[in-house]
Amino acid sequence: MKWLKGSWELLGPTLLVVVVSLVGSLLSDSLRFQFRSILVLATIAVAMHVFIGNSGVISFGHISFVAIGAFAAGIATMPADIKPLAFPELFPILAELQLGNIASIVLAAALGGIFAFVVGVPTMRLSGLAAGIATFAVIIITNNVFRNWERIGPGAKTLTQIPETTGFLQASIGLIVVIGIAYWYQRTRHARMLRAGREDPAAARSSGVNIYRQRLAAFTLSGVLAGAAGALLVHLVGTVTTQQVFLDLTFITLAMLVVGGIGSLWGAVVGALFIAGLNTFLAEAERGVTLVSFELNLPIGTRLVILGIVMALVLLFRPEGLTGGRELRWPFRP
Amino acid sequence: MSEVLQSVTDGAALGSLYALAALGIGLVFGVMRLVNFAYGEVITASAYTLLLTKGLPVWVRIILALAVAVLLSLAMEVVFRPLRLATPATMLVATFAVSFVLQNAASLGFGTQGDSVNFLPTLNQAFDLGGIRIRYITLISIVVGGALLAATAFVLNRTDIGLKMRAAAADFQTARLLGVKATSVIVFAFVLSGVLAAVVAMMLAVQRPLATPSFGFLIVIPALVGVVVGGMERLLTATSGGFLIGFATVVLSDLLPSESRVFLNSALFGLVIVVLLVKPSGLFIRNRETEERL
Repeated sequence: MKWLKGSWELLGPTLLVVVVSLVGSLLSDSLRFQFRSILVLATIAVAMHVFIGNSGVISFGHISFVAIGAFAAGIATMPADIKPLAFPELFPILAELQLGNIASIVLAAALGGIFAFVVGVPTMRLSGLAAGIATFAVIIITNNVFRNWERIGPGAKTLTQIPETTGFLQASIGLIVVIGIAYWYQRTRHARMLRAGREDPAAARSSGVNIYRQRLAAFTLSGVLAGAAGALLVHLVGTVTTQQVFLDLTFITLAMLVVGGIGSLWGAVVGALFIAGLNTFLAEAERGVTLVSFELNLPIGTRLVILGIVMALVLLFRPEGLTGGRELRWPFRP
Repeated sequence: MSEVLQSVTDGAALGSLYALAALGIGLVFGVMRLVNFAYGEVITASAYTLLLTKGLPVWVRIILALAVAVLLSLAMEVVFRPLRLATPATMLVATFAVSFVLQNAASLGFGTQGDSVNFLPTLNQAFDLGGIRIRYITLISIVVGGALLAATAFVLNRTDIGLKMRAAAADFQTARLLGVKATSVIVFAFVLSGVLAAVVAMMLAVQRPLATPSFGFLIVIPALVGVVVGGMERLLTATSGGFLIGFATVVLSDLLPSESRVFLNSALFGLVIVVLLVKPSGLFIRNRETEERL
């Protein structure tokens, strides 16, 4: 019992994910797809939380790592016979690259981490809004390069025919593994030093914390996880364009963190499931759903408006997020 | 030589537009520490007003565009009231959410294709001046931009409400203790920024007459980058940053060889990162960089 209570911060979110996957796997085909995408979006949000939650620095750049993971895994697993026809400009090494499912996820994670490290070396020196704008510049540059340099990516075309291997098992295992790593990291002394820097930079520095180094480490780990999440995303949908991994996704995932409550793993998971779930529900409602006894049928396009309004309302009236940025507590009295 | 002059004039024109948008963002940031992403949608609302009033006389359209921008700006002030004490992250994402709602509402109401506003199209014609082609709107942008900056400087430096705004920008709590009414100062800042948004919308509508849901967003993002690059602590530096971004966009795109012009954004934002690394508090902030909360 004591053991259970001690690891409740990890078990709570994990149980929630298991419940969501079990519910999802019992539903109809189109809904099952929606539930799997909820799991993948939550994976991206938790990956971002590793950096944003612990450092308190808002990063607009994480979707770059998702993009790199998605394109790497996509290009590596596209059928060899159609790749040279669809993308004749690719570097030979990319054109010949042929990996299995797991290997492509590992490759995506590695590239995400390397890119995050390279980007982090200069930008992690910045704080506050300057850091926000610098990471925003990173996503703009990544998108601009992928869209126009056809030797490394799909350019303005769509990457298609990627094996759709992210089933329920892989999506939920992926999310649980990422949650586990985030939890493990949160309990290391590195993360504690980083959080000390978040709460009070001057005091942390005077206790010997090198905030830059801790931020860089968290940013790199976060990049690894985001890259892997990108691979899961591309294997879920089977196709990807540069616009799918750009500002809209950045906004949605950041909103998940803020709505859930920045600073806690529980907040990231709850916010992600809440926003992605609402998004799914509204998408279904645009097609017409029956709620208990009355028919709900929203006009096409209202989904994003309602989603935005809900997010704005949560932020305006509960600025600290749904969980208040705290971890999940053991629900029973000791 | 004439190419250089051409670049400089075009750069100055775009720079003036971005500078006005940057000023609008900076005014609100100064008194409220709020970076308003949704400022672009005020500009967009003005553009749609011009679209909806297509048949009316020009002066009516101008007045209505101004009125709509100011009203929307005031509505935003009311919506953002609960955020006054929130953390910067929450504020940022909340204004992003409002911007997202308004953009999607615009696509829902007007479609994503865009519609021509047909606002003073004659001003977009060019005349020849010693080998460079100058459009009337280029001159107007520079003149109106300069005049409005001067007018804002006058309001801030020579009027009572301006003094209060500067006091609030310098130290909000102390200003309140000394009797500055927080709400009145903030409301005034939102009104001014609404007026600036309408002016930006009108000058932009002459050059890019297509009103789309992302009409203003596409201006506000670079302007916001300019504000941070220039230094958001002071209005003058923020505005200069906006000007610089507009100017750099034009000059860079003229400098880049035509086949690599698609990478303009990479070059521009690469420079932004470099500037931020060299001077995180802003390019034009003169004093020594200070630790954030000390």
